[in-house]
Amino acid sequence: MFDFCTDPDTLGTFQWFACYLTTGKHMGMYWSVLTVLVLLAITAPAALLFGFFGARAARSRILPLSWLGKGYIAITRGVPDIAFFMFFVIALDQMFEYARHKIKCPDWTEPVRQGNDFIVCTQAKLPLGNSPQWVHETYGFFLAVLTFAIVFGAFTANVLYGAMRAVPRAQMETAEAYGMSRRQAFWRVLVPQMWVYAIPGLGNLWMILIKATPLLFLLGVEDIVYWAKDLGETKHARFTDYPHGDWRIWYFLALLVFYLAFTWVSEKFIARLTRRLSHGQATLGGDAQRKATA
Amino acid sequence: MSCLQTIQDYALRSIGIGERLLPRSDFTLCQQFTLIGSGMIWNIYFAVLALLIGFFIASAVAVGKNAGPAWIRKPCEWFIFIFRGSPLFIQFFFAYFIFLSIKKAGYMPWLTSAQAGALVVLILNTAAYSGEIFYGALRAVPRGDVEAADAYGISGWPRFRRILWPTMMRLGWPAYTNEAIFLFHATTLVFFSAFPTLGQRGDALYYASYFADKTFNPFIPYPILAGYFILFSLLIIGLFGLINRHLNRHLPQESRRGLRIRPNLMR
Repeated sequence: MFDFCTDPDTLGTFQWFACYLTTGKHMGMYWSVLTVLVLLAITAPAALLFGFFGARAARSRILPLSWLGKGYIAITRGVPDIAFFMFFVIALDQMFEYARHKIKCPDWTEPVRQGNDFIVCTQAKLPLGNSPQWVHETYGFFLAVLTFAIVFGAFTANVLYGAMRAVPRAQMETAEAYGMSRRQAFWRVLVPQMWVYAIPGLGNLWMILIKATPLLFLLGVEDIVYWAKDLGETKHARFTDYPHGDWRIWYFLALLVFYLAFTWVSEKFIARLTRRLSHGQATLGGDAQRKATA
Repeated sequence: MSCLQTIQDYALRSIGIGERLLPRSDFTLCQQFTLIGSGMIWNIYFAVLALLIGFFIASAVAVGKNAGPAWIRKPCEWFIFIFRGSPLFIQFFFAYFIFLSIKKAGYMPWLTSAQAGALVVLILNTAAYSGEIFYGALRAVPRGDVEAADAYGISGWPRFRRILWPTMMRLGWPAYTNEAIFLFHATTLVFFSAFPTLGQRGDALYYASYFADKTFNPFIPYPILAGYFILFSLLIIGLFGLINRHLNRHLPQESRRGLRIRPNLMR
């Protein structure tokens, strides 16, 4: 990185660290922080969308649809979340491959499950066997994002379902009195007002989502946990220009601090958002704001 | 091999009793049920011990966070912040490497095993989460109760023991029930973090993922695991519901609050 890095053995402590922390592998680790942020940036809106449809389905007057929505919400209870993560990654992969198999190789006669193997025709493999490395990585990441979105979508649906029910009944009755249709009342009265009830729950979920990102490691993505383990291990002078002992403890300390800082900033941000959204609402928070200004 | 034979061989496999080799091919449903159930022993072990010990630390931390002097309050606040603000997964890794370096220094080598080391992390973790719950409950104790205690001349330890603590428990109990379920689910993380699995003696999720890896079929082991967890979650809800009834028994019938089960999902 720096020009004085050519011979690490001669460097002073500060310069040694400046060089050590900017090696190619460390750059990989910094990129993986970006992976985490990208995951959060994609998953949060996706989960919100899943959750919104889940909550709408649960509220539906069509009984099977409402069961579907409630069932989706109910998967959040009773079962550990990592079980879902590990389940969905394999299940989704097999589902996609099976669907492609049915479309691309309709004249394939053998069963897909043969004993302990899951066999689809070569054209249906995901990603294709001859595709470059980055396609494999992207596909893995895509599966992880989808899994996160499904699981957190269920959590979000639970929160939004509660928030929709928390909007005062009188508001909806007023909307009906003004002759709004169900659809109009939903979009013009319910949706704008539900957020203030949803924010505490969504804020909680955001914190949980941040704290769930290390689980990417379990899903086979090269995330910061992977790099911290990899870089922290004892390095011998034979294999690297920067030999050091077992530094994993320091790498994981850095991760701990990273997550603490992240959740701390988020907490402050959510507190501000709550204040903004409570503005002019008929809730305790809103009343307090009115009194403060009056 | 009959199912009874399988149960004899594998029911206690996770604690090292019975058949040493795990099944390698021709997996039967019975084997999956037995082994995953056998793994549940560890989940229950972690959950029960962590909750029991964590409960007392949590009470202390809650009182500490509510205390006046900064030298008591600040450490409690930091303790809660650190354990609630970071992922349990990272805590496991970090703790494991700390224990490893303690072991290298020649002290307490047993801490690097999952059974002791992960338990310590889980205890501290649940202490922080429940500490925050109890702190909230302590702040919500009605002022009238405290004033009544003052009027009767009850103060100090007796006031805490007989007035504050029971009310704190009563108010915090529904949230604490959720925390218990939530901790129970968190025990599945133990063997997927740094802590080693010696001789393939793992928890329920360890065996479930073993079967899923070997059979390429996630649709059987994971639902079995889910079934076990739902069963035990219901057991926790029932048990904590009984305690909740006991805590609320002096209240008039209609003002008793039932438990609302809303697990916090993940840490």
